[in-house]
Formats: sequence, C-alpha cells, structure tokens
Amino acid sequence: MITVVTSIAIFVLTCCILMAAYRVIAGPSQPDRVIALDVIAINMVGLILVLDIKSGQRVYIDAALVIALLSFLGTVSLAKYLAGGTVIDRGDR
Amino acid sequence: MIVVIVSLLLLIGLVFTFAGSLGLLRLPDIFCRMHATGKSSTLGVSSIVLASFVFSFSSGAASGPSIKELLTIVFVFLGGPVGAHMIARAAYRSQVPFHARTIVNEWKTIEEEITEPQRNC
Repeated sequence: MITVVTSIAIFVLTCCILMAAYRVIAGPSQPDRVIALDVIAINMVGLILVLDIKSGQRVYIDAALVIALLSFLGTVSLAKYLAGGTVIDRGDR
Repeated sequence: MIVVIVSLLLLIGLVFTFAGSLGLLRLPDIFCRMHATGKSSTLGVSSIVLASFVFSFSSGAASGPSIKELLTIVFVFLGGPVGAHMIARAAYRSQVPFHARTIVNEWKTIEEEITEPQRNC
C-alpha cells in the first residue's frame, strides 16, 4: 500500500513542479517567477520526503530542512530586490 | 495502522499541493495565484512532512523519530506566509497590473486617506 501511494505521490509532485516551471518560464511579471520558484522549492521538500518514505532510509531529511530554509531566504531577498532595487539596506539610502 | 495513517496524510498533502500548483498555473492574476499557493502549498507540504514523521514510528523505518521533521514544519509555516506577504507588497509597489475583473482595491483607498493630509500641509 505504501509503495503505491508513494509512487502516485512522486508522479503528482513531479507534475506540480512542471506546472510551476511553466509559470517560471512564461510568467508575465517578475513576482510571478519568484512565487513559482518558491512553489518549486516547497514541492521539492515534499518530493524529498516522499522519496525518504519510499526508500525507508531517512537520510534526506537534513536536505529537506536546508531547502526549506534556503527557499525562504531566497524569496525574502528577491522580494526586497523587487520592492526597492537593493537587497541589503544601508544607512545612507 | 501506521501505514494507513501515513497514506492518508500523503493523499491529503497531495490534494492540497496539486490544488496550489494548479492555481498557480491557471488563475489570471498574480494576487490570485499567490492566494492559491500561499495557503495550499504550506498545508500540503506540512501534511507530507507529518506523514514522514508518523512513518518514523513504524518498524519499516531505519531510525526513530527526530526533531527535524517538526523543525521543517515550523520553518515552512513561518516562511510561507512571510514570503508571500513580502512578494505581494513588492508586486503591488512595482505596479503589477490587476486582472480586468478586479472589483475592489481596499489598500488604494486607505493609501489615499493616509497621503491626503500630507498634501494639505
């Protein structure tokens, strides 16, 4: 049972990543691309954990944690760049 | 028993994740798309992480439960709404166009009320 469910999960999550990849390529504005990249990273966390359940080895959970953190960091820095043109605020601006 | 719970959590997570990605693909406006992804992806991935956490209690897993799954849930729940809020603010300030059938823009009226007394000074 768990093998069937994880196989379905891998298929569906791959389709989700492909849909978000279409939005990255074709998105009409830059924030569209940023949220599509965020969705790709979040789905990648889910895909890694499904592979973890399927193999039963539980060695990829560190990678999932790091990807979740780095996607948040990338989203915030890209949002600051899109809003103000800079990533790191300095005192004289 | 654990296998049934893990499968149910995985299926719930799959439904939410697929709904979020489909909304990202099909909805007409960036704010509509953010409405789809900001809620669904967070809840879907949290269900999948919770499934992995429950699966670690079963006999098929190589090691026992760890705190890392719960930390992943915390970071996904913290990072998703904060990132979506910042992207929405950046999109609004860089004048990303609304959909043609948008009815109300409440922030525009609030902004005019805020900036109006400064012009009088």
